[in-house]
Amino acid sequence: MEKFTVLNGLVAPLDRANVDTDQIIPKQYLASIKRTGFGEGCFAAWRRDPEFVLNQPRYQGAQILLARKNFGCGSSREHAPWALRDFGFRAVIAPSFGDIFFSNCYKNGFLPVVLSEADVDRLFYDAASFPGFRLVIDLESQTVSTADGSKKMPFEVDPFRKYCLLNGLDEIGLTLRHADKIRAFEDRRRAQFPWYF
Amino acid sequence: MPQTLYDKLWDSHVVHVEEDGTALLYIDRHLVHEVTSPQAFEGLKLAGRKPWRIASVVATADHNTPTDHWEEGMAGVRDPFARLQIETLDRNIADFGAKVYFPFLDKRQGIVHVIGPEQGATLPGMTVVCGDSHTSTHGAFACLAHGIGTSEVEHVLATQCLVTRKMKNMRVSVEGPLARGVTPKDVILAIIGRIGTAGGTGHAIEFAGSTLRAMSLEGRMTVCNMAIEAGARAGIIGVDEATIDYLRGRPYAPKGRDWDAAVAYWRTLVSDPNARFDREVALDAREIRPHVTWGTSPEMVVPVDDVVPDPEREKDAMRREGMERALTYMGLKPRTRMTDIKLDKVFIGSCTNSRIEDLRAAAAVVKGRRVASSIRAAMVVPGSGLVKAQAEKEGLDRIFRAAGFQWREPGCSMCLGMNPDRLDAGERCASTSNRNFEGRQGVGGRTHLVSPPMAAAAAIAGHFVDIRTWR
Repeated sequence: MEKFTVLNGLVAPLDRANVDTDQIIPKQYLASIKRTGFGEGCFAAWRRDPEFVLNQPRYQGAQILLARKNFGCGSSREHAPWALRDFGFRAVIAPSFGDIFFSNCYKNGFLPVVLSEADVDRLFYDAASFPGFRLVIDLESQTVSTADGSKKMPFEVDPFRKYCLLNGLDEIGLTLRHADKIRAFEDRRRAQFPWYF
Repeated sequence: MPQTLYDKLWDSHVVHVEEDGTALLYIDRHLVHEVTSPQAFEGLKLAGRKPWRIASVVATADHNTPTDHWEEGMAGVRDPFARLQIETLDRNIADFGAKVYFPFLDKRQGIVHVIGPEQGATLPGMTVVCGDSHTSTHGAFACLAHGIGTSEVEHVLATQCLVTRKMKNMRVSVEGPLARGVTPKDVILAIIGRIGTAGGTGHAIEFAGSTLRAMSLEGRMTVCNMAIEAGARAGIIGVDEATIDYLRGRPYAPKGRDWDAAVAYWRTLVSDPNARFDREVALDAREIRPHVTWGTSPEMVVPVDDVVPDPEREKDAMRREGMERALTYMGLKPRTRMTDIKLDKVFIGSCTNSRIEDLRAAAAVVKGRRVASSIRAAMVVPGSGLVKAQAEKEGLDRIFRAAGFQWREPGCSMCLGMNPDRLDAGERCASTSNRNFEGRQGVGGRTHLVSPPMAAAAAIAGHFVDIRTWR
């Protein structure tokens, strides 16, 4: 997995609540057996509108998506973070996320950041007001800052997820360090509840 | 200390806990389908890893399989990318194995969330995962069941565990009898209307109360299926006699002495009296009317005898804009009576409502009538080959066909339109599925979520009708 440490990126504001994964990557782009190549499908239906935020020249090359509450609700398709990543994003900031999307992000070197509604509101204002508005996301210190350092907002992240992201670790390899424990658990369970096996 | 059902299921599967609360949770049942698994199997192959316990895998092809032209075999799959995914699943199961595999064209093939319980491969007390968010369906059997992403599919294949954190406990209680024509689908739509699509985020929802107890397992599956539409990854319902009766004699359910021991354990799979929930919501079943969604999120829902809401009366600016955008997409005007909304297509199917009971309820409405001439297509897609066979034994297919419905082969079909069954731009559909998101059933398509009898009545009338007044 690609590491995530510090990201200094252009911010694209997507001012809609409850953006579901069917919008992030519509189903007609799911018919692939690979993990890459989904950028074309990213927000495909909305991008047909020339006025859509991601079609505006000022947001070209954005790496940070600014979003509203319940971002990534709906389908479990991991193609959603794959599409955002292939489109060029490395992080998304929102007041809340769909549970499955949120955990899928971490598996792909892609950081979902939860900030308060008030902070997100202010960032929407800034992103609209100042062309070229950038933010710096520092995972180690768990902060989102404006590029000039005038505003700094802390965010929470589970220590285990942070450790994996900072080091770009393969989670399967980490879990298999506990292989003996898994085997012992399984043996006990099989003895107690043979009908599940 | 008294425990909730979710606490019990969680505790009985924890293998290891990190200092920060991140846990390794043991997985009993892994359901696999063709769309979210190829990258996981490829990852295993590339890393030279073997599946940990392949006998936990139950697999089928359902998402993009066509529901007609089965007589042509694989050639009937016109979309080359869909065919590639179906053939890739065939190859992966041939290479790695599975406990059970029902490939495309098999008599027992069907929607993964229909066949798991139907085969007795979903059992109380299990952890069940699948690369599909509607895995919550299986929670109707008192198992901890939820959707996962493809990286997690690979992780479960390789380690038999999921890296996860404990969710919070929420209980939604529904008490009282349901009025005639009001179904489990209306109950869950009413719940979503009440708590919103993020209402259960971060929680496992236990559905409880006399209304749920009175439901069949089919009905309970419909309710748990849409827990994810309320934001909760998992919905669960405690074990009772109905659960045990449903499972008795199923092909993969325990037999003989194992069965007796299993049943004794399963009876403990209920929340203890006085168990503490982080959040409680209560609904009175007598107040629940047949529901219809009007917008592009399942929380945008009203009773059928109501009108399309007016955004001008919404005080919250963000919500108002969302409503306006939804109305534009849906081509609806505020204050239109729901029963005045005319339809182009009707879809009866999906992991929410494609079981035998759903088809019976729809057929009872349709019997002896004709689909309105204004309806371009009305389609019934059974949830599995066995549901289809049972329906045909009961003559339901003849009732539907005589009325002008298309009677199709099983699969996910128009719920998500990955196969050829979809809406064209601007078409309006009464659908028994679970998501009315923009473009879900086809680019530009307009979806209204309803129960099977409501969809059936809408097909006959050409517009929504209040099923309580149907004679």
